[in-house]
Amino acid sequence: MLKFTEDHEWIEYVDGIATVGITDYAQQALGDVVFVELPEVGATYSKGDEAAVVESVKAASEVYAPLSGEIKAVNHDLEGTPALVNSAAMDAGWFFKMKLEDEGELDDLMDEDAYNEFLASLD
Amino acid sequence: MTDTPLHKTPLYDLHVARGAKMVPFAGYDMPVQYPLGIMGEHNHTREKAGLFDVSHMGQAMVRSRDGSDPAAALEKLMPGALQSLQPGKMRYTLLLNDEGGIEDDLMVTRTHEPDGALYVVVNAGCKDKDYDIVEEKLGHLITLEPLEDKALIALQGPKAEAVLAQFAPEVAELGFMEATSVTLEGVVCWISRSGYTGEDGYEISVPEEAVVSLAERLTRHPDVELIGLGARDSLRLEAGLCLSGHDFDASVSPVEAGVTFALGKKRKEAGDFAGASRILKELADGPAKVRVGIRPEGRAPAREGTEIADEAGNVIGVITSGGFGPTVGGPVAMGFVPPALSAVGTKLNLMIRGKAHPATVAALPFVTLRYKRKTA
Repeated sequence: MLKFTEDHEWIEYVDGIATVGITDYAQQALGDVVFVELPEVGATYSKGDEAAVVESVKAASEVYAPLSGEIKAVNHDLEGTPALVNSAAMDAGWFFKMKLEDEGELDDLMDEDAYNEFLASLD
Repeated sequence: MTDTPLHKTPLYDLHVARGAKMVPFAGYDMPVQYPLGIMGEHNHTREKAGLFDVSHMGQAMVRSRDGSDPAAALEKLMPGALQSLQPGKMRYTLLLNDEGGIEDDLMVTRTHEPDGALYVVVNAGCKDKDYDIVEEKLGHLITLEPLEDKALIALQGPKAEAVLAQFAPEVAELGFMEATSVTLEGVVCWISRSGYTGEDGYEISVPEEAVVSLAERLTRHPDVELIGLGARDSLRLEAGLCLSGHDFDASVSPVEAGVTFALGKKRKEAGDFAGASRILKELADGPAKVRVGIRPEGRAPAREGTEIADEAGNVIGVITSGGFGPTVGGPVAMGFVPPALSAVGTKLNLMIRGKAHPATVAALPFVTLRYKRKTA
């Protein structure tokens, strides 16, 4: 199941684990990513908490936990190759994996069609 | 914030047509980047040639009221040797207040006009203030005429000379910090060999009605790309150059800002400029703080406003410019620290999002400057 937030994060939910990244729209808006600060494995976040920071040449932007839960893994490849966020935002550029506290929170997120409509409404 | 509409430079439509992302800057709607992106634009400028619209900056002509040298009046507020400027020579100088703080930095060029008129270029965000200060303090001696009908573009990078020489071969003869009148594509322009990227290059003052066709003509050259404010900032940061209002403000002295090269030798001896008592005292006894280059050890950029701590964790300073340096290949920053902690190699901590990140005081500039100085 693929879901999206209005903060331009994507969430792929498989077997109780949510993988979180930023969308292609977000990486294009940010520009060249030069640094990603990832959360600690084991940390718990409530939906909307600041969980990571992504820095482009120009500015730093927060990445919010799109759902409540515990961090189970982070993408260490981003530490050495932050540009993966630009080149592969929707797969190899993932940020972290969470074990969800409440699967019901997924229902509040957009599916792909709704997100594309949301993007269209921004211009 | 007010809702004052943003000014547009004469190149606004070209920026939009070339896909620029426009942002408000110093009251102007300016391109922060083009589709090439900040990293690509930065690298292109270092490798080939970048074309910058800097028409938002303030260009003005300064003349004396009585036919004497207008530089004598400017020297009351500026510590550089301006009276000795020969026609076609330019100098980086500072507009000082009575407390020895830097109101702005600027370029002053002696034109070839018989009255010794000076052409000055000041920062966009400061131009109204600068003009007011000059009018208030020196208005009885000189006139300052803003050149509202002139655009300003900069062509910067190792290919700048070859590109511009195709239009006017004589530009190759200019040395760093020299300027002259040149006809480009049938239009008389005022061209200086100068810039703010650390690269060789030119700044070209063009009648506004001619700048679009000139910019289009230049960007048709395969070595030239349009470059936005994002890369302009990373280029000048790597070159260790101050950004007015960030790396200094009206409270910071030239000694603190590390721009004492702008103090003329004889001017220092005479001490005959605004704020001289503080500045001479700091030269003799040392300032309370000083601007240094800083290299964060990790990959996290330290942005403006980041607190600097000593190894014991005491906050001792602040970052005034910081980001990622594409040519350096890592984060670079400048900030103020006490002189005792300013030696190259001194270990510091940068407090980024509440966590201490180790960093080291580094020599400025971060990259080799490639100005084409004329050998005497």
